Formats: sequence, C-alpha cells, structure tokens
Amino acid sequence: MKDISCKLLVIGAGPGGYVCAIRAGQLGVDTVIVEQAKPGGTCLTIGCIPSKALIHAADEFLKVKEFAGGNDPLGISLADPSIDMKKTIAWKDRIVGRLTTGVAGLLKKAGVKSIQGRARFRDGKTVVVDTETGEQMIRAEQIVIATGSVPVELPFLPFGGAVISSTEALSLKQVPDELAVVGGGYIGLELGMAFAKLGAKVTVVEAADKVLPLYDADLTRPVVKRLGQLGIEVLTGAKAKGLAKKGGLTIETADGAEKTVKADKVLVTVGRKPLMDGWGREEIDIDLDGRFIKIDDQCRTSMRGIYAIGDVTGEPMLAHRAMAQGEMVAEIVAGQKRSWDKQSIPAVCFTDPEIVSVGLSPEEAKKAGREVKIGQFPFAANGRAMTLQSEDGFVRIIARADNHVVLGIQAVGAGVSELSAAFSLAIEMGARLEDIAGTIHAHPTQSEGFVESALKALGHALHI
Amino acid sequence: MSEHTIKMPDVGEGVAEAELVEWHIKVGDLVREDTILAAVMTDKATVEIPSPVEGKIAWIGGEIGETIAVGSPIVRIEVAGEGGEAAAKEVKADAPTAPAPAEKVEAKAEPAPAPAKAEAKSAPAQQKASVATSGAPRQKGEKPLASPAVRLKAREAGIDLRQVPGTGPAGRITHEDIDGFAARGPQKGVAAGLQRKDGVEDVKVVGMRRRIAEKMSIAKSRIPHITYVEEVDVTALEELRAKLNGEKRADRPKLTIMPFLMRAIVKAVAEQPQINAIFDDEAGIIHRHQAVNIGMAAQTPAGLVVPVVHHAEALDLFGCAAEAARLADAARDGSASRDELSGSTITITSLGAMGGIVTTPVINHPEVAIVGVNKMAIRPMWDGTQFQPRKMMNLSSSFDHRVVDGWDAAVFVQRLKALLETPALIFVES
Repeated sequence: MKDISCKLLVIGAGPGGYVCAIRAGQLGVDTVIVEQAKPGGTCLTIGCIPSKALIHAADEFLKVKEFAGGNDPLGISLADPSIDMKKTIAWKDRIVGRLTTGVAGLLKKAGVKSIQGRARFRDGKTVVVDTETGEQMIRAEQIVIATGSVPVELPFLPFGGAVISSTEALSLKQVPDELAVVGGGYIGLELGMAFAKLGAKVTVVEAADKVLPLYDADLTRPVVKRLGQLGIEVLTGAKAKGLAKKGGLTIETADGAEKTVKADKVLVTVGRKPLMDGWGREEIDIDLDGRFIKIDDQCRTSMRGIYAIGDVTGEPMLAHRAMAQGEMVAEIVAGQKRSWDKQSIPAVCFTDPEIVSVGLSPEEAKKAGREVKIGQFPFAANGRAMTLQSEDGFVRIIARADNHVVLGIQAVGAGVSELSAAFSLAIEMGARLEDIAGTIHAHPTQSEGFVESALKALGHALHI
Repeated sequence: MSEHTIKMPDVGEGVAEAELVEWHIKVGDLVREDTILAAVMTDKATVEIPSPVEGKIAWIGGEIGETIAVGSPIVRIEVAGEGGEAAAKEVKADAPTAPAPAEKVEAKAEPAPAPAKAEAKSAPAQQKASVATSGAPRQKGEKPLASPAVRLKAREAGIDLRQVPGTGPAGRITHEDIDGFAARGPQKGVAAGLQRKDGVEDVKVVGMRRRIAEKMSIAKSRIPHITYVEEVDVTALEELRAKLNGEKRADRPKLTIMPFLMRAIVKAVAEQPQINAIFDDEAGIIHRHQAVNIGMAAQTPAGLVVPVVHHAEALDLFGCAAEAARLADAARDGSASRDELSGSTITITSLGAMGGIVTTPVINHPEVAIVGVNKMAIRPMWDGTQFQPRKMMNLSSSFDHRVVDGWDAAVFVQRLKALLETPALIFVES
C-alpha cells in the first residue's frame, strides 16, 4: 500500500482525537486520523452517550411504573408497564449510530482523512496501521496520541461471563434480576440506579467508607437517600473477593465477615486506566507521569512533534477535557499561540439526583489557604423544583472572602447537569458573587437557586 | 447612607492652594478611618490627607498635578448610617490626631445584613469584613483574573497576563487593559537583537519635578548668567583636611571640602556684600543679607532639594560640617522641614566625584551667586622649573550679571581661591 505523508496524524478518534482532527482540518492542516473501532470513542459508543440513553429509558420506565402504582400524586394512573430491553438497546444503538456517522461526516467535511485500523508507532515520525486491506504506513510531521482509557479489571474478577464492565452493561439484552455493582463511583452508581429502576435488585459494594468518594457528604446525601428509596443495598467498607461457587459475588463486609451477594451479573466499575499498550509506546521514548503520559501546558510530550491528549494524559478523565485539549493542540499545530489556561473543568455525575461540581469544593478552597464565603440555597425553596417534584438538593457557591471572586460552584438536584454551563462560565469569566447576584435569572427555573446561593454568600438571600 | 466631604486642608503659612501629587484611593474603594486618601504638595512640603471616617469613596475631585484651592472639596465618602455631612467639619491637615466626627458615625452604623455565621459579631466587626472586600487591585503573585477571550487576546499578542494590571472588579483584566498594555507596556520575552521601537512614555510632570522645572525656568529666563571658572590648588587644604580627619575625635565630624568652602565664602562675602544677596527684581531692590545662609544643592530620590545651613557666619569649621551632614541626611530621607529647605542667601552646588571639569550652575533664584565645585584631581603643574603633582580643583561659579559685574565676580572667586590655596587665611581673624 502506498505510504501516506501528512502534517498531522491523530491516533484515536474519541472526543479528544476527533475534535483535534476537525479543528486542524478547519485550519487547513493536512490531517489524518486513525481509529480501530468507530469514530466517537468510548464516549459516543460505550460511555457517556449510551449510558445517558439507558438512564433516560430507566427514568421513563420508573415514572410510568409509579403512575401504575395507583397512588401517584399527579393523579395519573395506567396499567402495569413492561419494558423490552432489546428494543431499548436498539434505540440506544440508533442514537450511537447517528452520532458516530455524524462524527465521520464532520471529519470528512473538515477535509480529514480517516483510516480504520490499529495504529502502531514505528518511530517518532512514522506509524503503521493494520487495516483490513493490509499495512498502511503513515509519516507525519506531528502526531497526537489520543488512545483514551479502558475499564480497570480486577484480577480476581476478570471480565467475561457474569462479570461485566460498563461496556457490556450498556448492551444487556435483558435486565438482570440481581445485579452486584463493584465500585460505588459515578459510573457504578449511574448504571446501578438505572438497572434498579428497570427492575433489577441492585447491591453496591464499595471498599471506601462512602459512595462517590470524590464528592463531599453534603453533595452525596440526596443521592444516598435516593439509593435507599430505589431499594439499592449499599455495602460500604466492603471488599469483593470473587465469584461464589454457587453463583453470586463473595465479599468481605466492613466487619470482616464473608458474605455472598446474590447476583446474575457482577458489574465491575472500579475506575478506568489509560490505554498505554498496543500502540507501540515502546518504539518511542516518552516520559510518564505516574501511569499517564507526561505533558506540558501545550500537551507536548517529552518527544518533539508528539502530543498527547485526553485520558492518557491524566485526571480528570472526562470527554470535555479531552475535547478542549484536542482543539488547543490543533491550533498549536496550525501555528497559533495557545496554552492550557482553563480555570476549571466541570464534572457531572448523572446519578439520581444529578451532581455538578465546578472549581474548588469548600475543603479544597480552605486547603489552598483561602478565606472563603459559602452560600448554599436548597431547591426545597425553589418553586420550579417543587413543580418538578424534585425538591431534593441545593446549589452551593464558594468565593474568596476578600474580593468575592468565585472559586467553586456545586449543585445536586434533578437536572442540575444543565446548570453546569452557567457555573463554568462564571468561573471562567472570573465572576465575583456580585456579578452572579446582579444577573437576572429567569423565573421560574432551577437556575434561580444559583443567584440565590450568591445572594446567600453575600448575606442577603431573598427566598430563604 | 450619607456623605462626608473632605476639603483641601489649610497646610499653613498662608498657602492658598496646593498641588495634588498622589491619589491613594479611587472611586468605589472602601476606606477605614486614617486611611491615607491623597498627598498634596505646597512649595516643598508634602502633606498626606487621611480619611477621618470609614466608608466608600463616592467622588474624587481633581487629577494628579492639579492645583486646588484650600477649602475646595477633594473627596466625598459615603458613610453608613446618619450624620455624615452634619458631622463633617473641615478636616485639618493633622486630622489623624483628631478624628472626632468619625466615632459618632461608626456608632450609628447600619446593621449590615451579614451571613448567619457573623451574627454574633459586633457592628464594627461586620464593617471591617466589608472593607476587606473592596475591589482592590490584584495582589502581587496572584493568578491573573481574565475572561477566556481576554486570555486569548493576550496570548496572540504575546502578552504575559501576569504583567498586566487589571482595572476591573477584583483586579480583573479587561480588553481595554490588554489594548493599553499592548500599546505602551514593556514587551517582555521579545527576542534579543536590535529592534526599532516606537513607544513613547508620557510622564506627567508633577510634585517635586514640577517645582524644580518651574524654578529652573524662572532662574534661566529672568537671570542673565555669567559663569566664571577658575582652578584652585587644594594641595595644602587637603593636607590640612587629612590631618584633622586623622585625629579622629569623637566630638568632631568628619570634614569634607564643604565646610572649608563655606567658611571661605563667609570670609569672602564679608568683603563683597553684594554677592550674598537676594535680588527682588520686581521691586527693584537688592537685599544684602548679613546672615550667610548657605544652600547646599543635594540630590535625593525625589529630585533636587536645597537644604540650607543657616548662619554659617556664626558656625566654626566643625559646626558647618556637622550642620551640613545633618541636613544632607534629612534631605535624603525626606524629613527636612520647610524652614530647613528655605531661606538661603547663596548656594553651593557639588556633584562630588561626578563633578567633571566645568559646570554652568543655575542660580537659585532670587539669589545672585552660586558656587559650583568640580572634581578634584592630581594634575602636573609647572612651578617655574619643573612640573609638580598638585591636587587641583575647579570652581565653576555663576552670578546674576544684572547686579554683579564680571569684575566683581572675578574678584570674589579669586578671593575664594586665595583662601582655599592658603587655608590658614580662612582662620585668620581680619
């Protein structure tokens, strides 16, 4: 096969890689992108998008099931519903299909050449791709590593059979009767709650003393409460030991006792790890930072002409971080002056209720040596939240005490993921409490909780 | 809320106006009692104006460099509670020692709505908390605060945001700040090598610099100068000076050439009183002073000042030395009083080791003479049979040619030369 030469080669067409390639194409950079599976990566095909589809289906199903319960406060009643998971999954796959086709189209429109296959470095300037039709050699002036991450496997619970990762969980053709979730982080809880709503008896096994260990207790309290309402058993301080001989999952509980959790399927969600092997890392000489690729503030690795973006470069392993890095690298390759100067990377947890965190938490701000002012406004005092039957949760804002510059904003509540836009914008623009307090927020919306939290921090909340 | 007006204080000595030389605050700032608001300058003294109350700056009157009449309002402060204007009497320059009106104001402060936590605190404590939240400019070393668009603009212009002062709330850097910085700011990180530069830095001439500029203009435009340069053999004087300094007596200051020159001037003007004089050219009168008050032009961080050794005729050599040293220190650290900076009848200017060969000193108007000391150096001098190494020093002296003829100027300088070359003559009673 004839060798290809290009200015920019992107390895991996996940959110980081495809954004990088599209942007580079827009800027007239001669760009090639290599992906072994479908464009879109984990996010579009087996991560963010399919899980949100499943969560939506589960929410809808639970809603009608509650209507069918006969004592719905809204006065709606209907016959007992059922769900055909095959159709649900097919619907989800159609969404994924539309999006991956869309990404492929965007790449084409930007003039990017897409090659399907597995890429492997031969040296710092050359990559070989195993395609269906043979080996393709690509020489590139600049190369971007965007290989992403994969679920962490537990040695005593290898994936296969009853033990599944999030990937398989998003393609189950029927709802398991009993599901054990190992790992109470955001992926485990998002999927565990969805399956509980779809009718599974879910047990969450978490080794730490609380679920969602990255969030503080105030933020997780409404989620923990909801876990209880959904009948999900949460075992904290408990360790998974392996599959039990007669089926189910053997665990060691917090008090050291051995116990078997009944389970048809065991979903292991104990984190993700960067994909560091299988693409010829050993052929090039790049420095690592722990288990990740070391990068500078322009996403350059220790090797000239090689960049790395996304999950291979460290935490937080989030699609929007990868996208921002990808966009930046494309512009750098096109000769523009750019470097990483983002003030915050929002994190959203699509549990029920949702959690959003942007910037610093109160503890982080205090650890950074800041005197802070904190304002918290409960959705119980928000009219819109009441009409949506979702009064649980709050908006919380953390600002510097001396000049009121906002350091962090968090919220927990139904639908608060959409508030993340306002939160991020406020921090990125360097807003002070007065800026938020001085902005009219539409009534009646949950966003009023945002302005009220700022007013609360200033000492004069109106509706509390 | 009420307003408290602060007026230009009467800084004494019948001064009708003063020049604003520095604002320490801007509109919107919160100030506490005794916060310095501004500095004003009259003649050569700078006075700081403190705030007598706690509150928020609502208005400031005047630009730096503007001359403002005594009694005109210069700052208005919004004060929480009542009694602002009523309590606001004219503020004296020494207000920090008498902040009486402020106490009333504070006592009546509105209970500010405070976060629940602060409820237990007293009212003044709450006020202090709000003071700290003022839109202060960004502290040194803090991360610059700027929107993504501003950051992008800076990046593309090659501007390091850490170097850019922010004018927005909490020191936020605005688009205008970037534009302004790009137009005039220091372009750091530019590659080395020769480059054309088009920037012009505009420096407003205010305060001390303006005073100096005005005085120099008057001196040079009104006084037709005659400058006379003569060399002086100071070998003998230097021997004497070294001997006296070698004694190292605790009660005697170290001697420079200055006290000798001062004593020589006292001796010389005794014979030529027209040299130690003030010429009031508007009235057409020459005031011949019996007191010999010798100004010593001195460089300070703020610029040129002229502290005055008063009554040099009544001071001996060591007295002159001690007084000159004391005044030089006072001038340098800015503690010299108005009196110590005025009243001279004749002036000496010296650049010490930087003195060069010749200078053309500008007369300290309205005096009529100034004596400039040039650098001392060993030069080969012909004694009639051979060259001798001699310690030589030039005196460059200027005179007001309207009232001092060239002949008289020459006589005066020759007299100084004779006294300095044979220093014993300085000490011989006539």
